[in-house]
Amino acid sequence: MKMVMAVIKPHKLDAVREALTGIGIDGMTVTEVRGYGRQKGHTEIYRGAEYAVNFLPKVKIEIAIGDDLVERAVEAIQGAAHTGKIGDGKVFVYDMGRAVRIRTGETGDEAL
Amino acid sequence: MPNRKISSVIAMLAGIGVVLWPGLAAAQDTLSGGDTAWILTSTALVLFMTLPGLALFYGGLVRASSVLSVLMHCFAICCLVSVLWLVAGYSLAFSDGGFANPIIGGLDKAFFAGIGTDAMFGTIPEGVFFMFQMTFAIITPALIVGAYPERVKFSAVLFFSAIWLFVVYVPVTHWVWGGGWLADMGVRDFAGGIVVHVTAGVSALVFAAILGGRRGFPDQVRPPHNPGITMMGAAMLWVGWFGFNAGSALAADGNAGMAMLVTHISAATASLSWATVEWIKFGKPSLIGIVTGMVAGLATITPASGFVGPVGALIIGAVAGIVCQWMTTWIKQTIRIDDSLDVFAVHGVGGILGTLMLSFLALESFQGLGLAEGMSVGDHLFVQVVGIVSVAIWSALASYIIIKLASVLFGLRVSDEDEIEGLDITAHGERSYDL
Repeated sequence: MKMVMAVIKPHKLDAVREALTGIGIDGMTVTEVRGYGRQKGHTEIYRGAEYAVNFLPKVKIEIAIGDDLVERAVEAIQGAAHTGKIGDGKVFVYDMGRAVRIRTGETGDEAL
Repeated sequence: MPNRKISSVIAMLAGIGVVLWPGLAAAQDTLSGGDTAWILTSTALVLFMTLPGLALFYGGLVRASSVLSVLMHCFAICCLVSVLWLVAGYSLAFSDGGFANPIIGGLDKAFFAGIGTDAMFGTIPEGVFFMFQMTFAIITPALIVGAYPERVKFSAVLFFSAIWLFVVYVPVTHWVWGGGWLADMGVRDFAGGIVVHVTAGVSALVFAAILGGRRGFPDQVRPPHNPGITMMGAAMLWVGWFGFNAGSALAADGNAGMAMLVTHISAATASLSWATVEWIKFGKPSLIGIVTGMVAGLATITPASGFVGPVGALIIGAVAGIVCQWMTTWIKQTIRIDDSLDVFAVHGVGGILGTLMLSFLALESFQGLGLAEGMSVGDHLFVQVVGIVSVAIWSALASYIIIKLASVLFGLRVSDEDEIEGLDITAHGERSYDL
């Protein structure tokens, strides 16, 4: 079992959701977050004065999936969230120790 | 008051006379239902400029954790000034001060004493005039709120606004509109370029300079948190300004109509000129830019609105959007005073520009309504400069002393910790957004 966590541009969320649904991933958790990487924020100009905005709005997606789906999920996210411009985001994959479906008490792959 | 009674009797007789002999001119103190209705309406419009117009305009420009404090400042100033206007403000501004009349009015009308419902001011009841003028007295110190947001103590705001009303606003109103020395000189200020915008603008600059900037000023302050509510507030200001300028005709007549027309044209033109300069300079025309241009256009046409025509309004608007914009940058980035919401650059400079430009834009060759009898453009310009300079000096000096006094009595600034946390929670115990 793996946890795939991706931070993407907010306007790419729908495209990523569709791509993941397309490969059979039916559940995900989405959070509005702020952050920066190489993009290093940007500046906004109000009444001629520049304001540095360090943390940009991003969307964080978390999906818990079986090992067999990981490669395709990462490809789907990368393909759908890609614009080629700085600030597209990143995908992280980490091992997941345990999963429990609260309603039924199922555990492991059964719970995903 | 015997004088009032006699004049009422004369007015009544004159009224009968008009009915019996329609050719007879109406006496001055005859009530005009049309004029009265328009000034009642204008009064509501001008109050609407402060609440919620100006409050929202300013509220959107500050950071999210201090928006309520700005709304609170505007609201509290409205209430405070209303009471003080009744107590003595109106009387000192608009009653006869006897030997001191060139400088200040008297206390005969304190608490609206002896006026009642029958007293007239021109063709409208004096109570209506009292209310109309009160809404001007409210918005003027409320404009200064833009100088000190996110860091000022609430007690200092109240103390400053109350004392400032009596030491700056009331005397200057008397000088210009209440029969004081500037009125005697023939200064022209139709709706408050000097009385409202120069007093508030200069005092705001002095307040900001003494108080010091927001933490991180100039390059690490937070940007405006909600340009959308700034636009909504600005739109209310635009509508309310019809009452401000066209109401200042104190009549429902052609002068009021022309004042409304030039007010609107100046606002529209200044919005366009501000946004165009932004577009050229920064590549993007912004919402905050276009609405700030609108306010600059309105402030600039204010003193001129009863004297210039549509072409004059176009010129005033175009100049306002460019000069006021340049001044915001100059004040904040060159001389580095954190007049946070640009009260001086937009209102003060606008008021000065309009007050000067009306000297020649009143000429009929600019479609203006003409110069005063026996005065040349040069005469007008001289008087206008005297008005601006004397009022600016008085505003700066008096504000300096009041602010120093507030500093000793209450302290001006909240702690660094409270400023970081935001005034909404630390000064008022409330929250606007869950962040």
